[in-house]
Amino acid sequence: MTQASEQPLTQADIDDEIQAISKAYEAGDRRESQPFLDYPPYRSSVLRHPTKDLHHADPETIERWAPCFGPQDVSPLEADLTIQHGGEPIGERITVAGRVLDGDGRPVAHQLVEVWQANAGGRYIHKRDQHPAPLDPNFTGTGRLITGADGSYSFQTIKPGPYPWRNHRNAWRPAHIHFSLFGTDFTQRLVTQMYFPGDPLFALDPIYQSITDADARARLVATYDHDLTTPEWSTGYRWDIVLTGSHRTWMEDEEA
Amino acid sequence: MTTLKPTPGQTVGPFFHYALPFDGGAELVPAGRADAIRLHGTVLDGAGDPVPDALIEIWQSDAEGRIVQVPGSLHRDGWTFTGWGRAATDAAGHYSFSTLLPGATEGAAPFFGVTVFARGLLDRLFTRAYVPEHPGLATDPLLTSVAPDRRNTLIASADATGLVFDIRLQGERETVFLTYPRQQAAG
Repeated sequence: MTQASEQPLTQADIDDEIQAISKAYEAGDRRESQPFLDYPPYRSSVLRHPTKDLHHADPETIERWAPCFGPQDVSPLEADLTIQHGGEPIGERITVAGRVLDGDGRPVAHQLVEVWQANAGGRYIHKRDQHPAPLDPNFTGTGRLITGADGSYSFQTIKPGPYPWRNHRNAWRPAHIHFSLFGTDFTQRLVTQMYFPGDPLFALDPIYQSITDADARARLVATYDHDLTTPEWSTGYRWDIVLTGSHRTWMEDEEA
Repeated sequence: MTTLKPTPGQTVGPFFHYALPFDGGAELVPAGRADAIRLHGTVLDGAGDPVPDALIEIWQSDAEGRIVQVPGSLHRDGWTFTGWGRAATDAAGHYSFSTLLPGATEGAAPFFGVTVFARGLLDRLFTRAYVPEHPGLATDPLLTSVAPDRRNTLIASADATGLVFDIRLQGERETVFLTYPRQQAAG
């Protein structure tokens, strides 16, 4: 190994790579609303992205349907991440609410939403997260809910902290909540992350920046919504989620 | 009808294990039941190394080829087949489901719908695991649209307990991953 290759990667190195990819995207004609699977600034993606183009498929049989979930799957209490232990978790109590829609604007009704996140100190309850921020004995950071007939969802939690990781030296992830979503079709499955407005770490984060389109990136950022606040209790954020379009032929009475 | 712009995906990250896997998630039917089969395999990266932090979901028809629309996957009662399961890979990159052999829906070659998530994978991947040695394979519209030398990455192989389906994210014998673009409505 040369001396140079032993130098730890710095934020400036990653910033240069992010900038170069961003400039190439802006200069090109192709518009992309999803992350690049091949995005070297996120080092873990290097050996884990397909090198061949995704194969175009016409969805068949089961791919035009999704698994369904009901009250036997999820307790209403699972939508409150602040009541899972004996005491109150430390941090800024928030409500996160919005709607899950498909690409045609139909509500995704009675469908499963799963969320997970770090605590207020930016620490996950996970054996692989050993950085020296405190665990909170009153906060696990996982929740589930079933959407309403109008595709609405809402859960109570505490605002997660930014989180250090080892992509490069002194790498920090912007505060985020992981979401797992199902649609009406298998093809609409989505796992993503919700971010908070104005986070100073956005420009530095290769996972967020892997979505090279600025408008698409902005769709992952929640909006502060004072209507979701509770006096002397919690603040609130609104975030609507749009899945890809359904491939089913919808009956008139099923339309939103 | 309005067309809304989709919310982009993001990686499942390294910390999903305390949130997404659940007890019984990989047992669509109890292991050892007379008609249970095992669907299992290894997830591999571009260097051929196992991926120990991947999450695999399957979605399938029942043994008669019916598409099931019943809840109960997250708290299985041992009797209800929901058609959906979830398994994290272990330290050796291996996943394993106990399930039923899917029947042919509408007479077509039966397959498992497979979704792949992993740390380092910036968006989920879709693929199909076809049941081997079915007469419908030769005329299947998807398989026949794939280059012959890559077709077998979509077809599981039989072993003593059921089916093996390895998933190669990259490199030689890279699995064929799917996208489902919608035709733009005319006019």
